[in-house]
Amino acid sequence: MAGKIRIRAKAENGVTEVKALMRHPMETGLRKDQEGNPIPAEFIKEVTVSHNGTVVMQTYWGASVSANPFLGMRFNGGAAGDTVTVTWVDNTGATGNGETKIR
Amino acid sequence: MNQLTAPRGLARRGFLRLGALTLAAVAMPAKLWAAIARPDAAFTATGLDATFAELGATPENSDGIIFTTPDIAENGAVVPVKVEIDGSKLSGVSKIYILVEKNPNPLSGMFMFPEGTEPYVETRVKVAQTCNLYAVAEVDGKLYMTAKETKVTLGGCGG
Repeated sequence: MAGKIRIRAKAENGVTEVKALMRHPMETGLRKDQEGNPIPAEFIKEVTVSHNGTVVMQTYWGASVSANPFLGMRFNGGAAGDTVTVTWVDNTGATGNGETKIR
Repeated sequence: MNQLTAPRGLARRGFLRLGALTLAAVAMPAKLWAAIARPDAAFTATGLDATFAELGATPENSDGIIFTTPDIAENGAVVPVKVEIDGSKLSGVSKIYILVEKNPNPLSGMFMFPEGTEPYVETRVKVAQTCNLYAVAEVDGKLYMTAKETKVTLGGCGG
């Protein structure tokens, strides 16, 4: 389930603001389906944001981040045309990534 | 027999001591390089106190953490939260944690800020029932927190 990530990055007054929206069910493993069978856990454990290949933020998540997670962050520097990359890894080992150019 | 067991006992003790030293050596870098490893025990801890214990200590209250949460969440499955730091009151924040008191596992997320990244984060979390949400900031290994209550009219887990 390698999900795509929608990212917007905007540089203003020397600070780049990044907003990323991931597609992921973020199942806790505690819920049951209609027949009462447990739904297996499936959640993003790790998200990394990079600017031109340098990590500007690393995060670790538990299953209580909402489904289709949103992440907003800010880093100093960054100019229009620079690359911002967001990648995630979930508890099943699946990965997702997205890339955008700073506006 | 006795002559044999004595050295064996010593050897075993030496081995144990070596083991303890190795453990300490492994544990130390884990603390120093916490920015690299995921604190799995903290993520699976149940209850607020147990989670704080896994993070190292119960944080001190600080008004340098600006924690924006809704007072009332109609849908506990999607509760927007924002953590900002007032640099004049709290500087050098390297990590931010977001916790939801009454979730099965209170710790939702851990956010790490290398030099040049603002200690700022915006995300959405699940809140199982009306309770306090905590934003915790780490400065030089010391923890600071601020709490806010969110009332939930529809739970975030179990749909």
